[in-house]
Amino acid sequence: MSIDIKTAAHVAKLARIKVDPDALPALAQEFNDILGFIEQLNEVDVEGVEPMTSVTPMRLVRRQDVVTDGNQQAAVLANAPDAREGFFAVPKVVE
Amino acid sequence: MSELSKLTIAEARDRLRKGDVTSREITQACLDQIEKADALNAFVHKTPEIALERAGAADARLKAGDAPDMCGIPLGIKDLFCTKGVDSQAASRILQGFKPEYESTITQKLIDAGSVMLGKLNMDEFAMGSSNETSVYGNAVNPWRRGNDPANLTPGGSSGGSASAVAADLCLAATGTDTGGSIRQPAAFVGITGLKPTYGRCSRWGVVAFASSLDQAGPMTKTVRDAAIMLGAMAGHDPLDSTSAALAVPDFEAALTGDIRGKKIGIPKEYRMDGMPDEIETLWQQGAEMMRDAGAEIVDISLPHTKYALPAYYVIAPAEASSNLARYDGVRFGHRAKLAQGDGITEMYEKTRAEGFGPEVQRRVMIGTYVLSAGFYDAYYNRARRVRALIKRDFDEVFAQGIDAILTPATPSAAFGLGEMADADPVQMYLNDVFTVTVNLAGLPGIAVPTGLDSQGLPLGLQLIGRPWEEGDLLNSAYALEKAAGFVSKPAKWW
Repeated sequence: MSIDIKTAAHVAKLARIKVDPDALPALAQEFNDILGFIEQLNEVDVEGVEPMTSVTPMRLVRRQDVVTDGNQQAAVLANAPDAREGFFAVPKVVE
Repeated sequence: MSELSKLTIAEARDRLRKGDVTSREITQACLDQIEKADALNAFVHKTPEIALERAGAADARLKAGDAPDMCGIPLGIKDLFCTKGVDSQAASRILQGFKPEYESTITQKLIDAGSVMLGKLNMDEFAMGSSNETSVYGNAVNPWRRGNDPANLTPGGSSGGSASAVAADLCLAATGTDTGGSIRQPAAFVGITGLKPTYGRCSRWGVVAFASSLDQAGPMTKTVRDAAIMLGAMAGHDPLDSTSAALAVPDFEAALTGDIRGKKIGIPKEYRMDGMPDEIETLWQQGAEMMRDAGAEIVDISLPHTKYALPAYYVIAPAEASSNLARYDGVRFGHRAKLAQGDGITEMYEKTRAEGFGPEVQRRVMIGTYVLSAGFYDAYYNRARRVRALIKRDFDEVFAQGIDAILTPATPSAAFGLGEMADADPVQMYLNDVFTVTVNLAGLPGIAVPTGLDSQGLPLGLQLIGRPWEEGDLLNSAYALEKAAGFVSKPAKWW
């Protein structure tokens, strides 16, 4: 599998990271180096092996579906780059 | 007074309880050393006021006779831990100015135990790196040098600031976190002890997430005994982390008898890598001989899927990172890019993340995005998870044969120079974790113990890997190795 410039641009878009067009060839090359390393995994016989979901054999813990926390608007908004009138503020989303 | 920052946790505990020194005195000695050590760039957010206040409270507890082991012990805290009201930015620009409204479970436990936070420690950005060179704060520097060569060396990564601070006696011990080797590799590079506990032993709540199925916090200390003491204060079940184990915390220090007679120590043949320096090979053999002399039985073992651990890791860790780091969007916390006229929310995300994440973090987020994307999920991500199951099975089989612990080198080399790897491709840097990453994939406890110096006078360490949940037994094996190796060297002070 080889990653071309178009694929690199698509991955950057999916990851929501702006990459200058000038930087795409080097990025695609880095992806190919790393994926070339990863492709050693194709040598392993994984027939009949389940993908690991949890490294320790334990069931996911459940709890009662009740409110355990809340009423902390000021604390929730305290670190926001732009908070107004009790809300997070962002650029216009809907035209 | 400067001698007080050199104390081990165990020595300080005993002297504090006897009353021949106060926590304020030890804390002030550390703060003085920190002030003189800016050249190491280990402490990146200093908190002297918090430190002296907590030291005062600890002294009151000590006087009242209510003193847990960690009471009054001054520590450095890796920047990955959220600490209430104190900058916690995972060495990333994207979290610049972030002051959490809450305290991580581990740092809260350390506060409750009476320990003292001196400040926050440098690290690789989001713990992604093996040399502390991806930090927004700049490089942390290893207090060790190659003889009289003034070239600055890496303290390793990602817990590079923690390693540097403990080795240079700026604090008595530090917290670290380990996703692929980030406690054990830096510990080995600076000649200290670093323990990664069993996955689930310490709560991950409030620790900035990198790869959630691999991340585990642990102590970085001057001795094995200190690692046992500090782990006792950090460990324990936490309802806020659904992967935290509901197991009692044993008295790890009580396990340190030094008696390893009859223990079976495995030597895995797959860890003998091509091109491994002779010095590492020799150190490994010497370590095995020391354990044999202490009464252990040395057994050759095989972990056949070892070679595939790093490639599996470089699918799984970036995949989880790409999901975890999706939260950094410029809306709820940290940095938001300045927007141009007409920019919408997508441009806000894209510009914020391009400005906020450094190159290595961007690379891993994008690799993770790719291996999880439609059409590649099975070929990469699911295959890596199946290989991970085989790597764990290798260990299960060896432990089922009666092996108590596995002895390996901790790192493939001694500390290298800062900048020396700048032209290498990313995969070359990833090879630093070749001996440590299997432990994270299998969820096991592992400990790096300093055991010798190389021909240039730099520390080298060995790693012991234990059975799950048996940190006490692992620490005891490490204690026996530590006693036999008798490593007491300290870096010559130049900073």
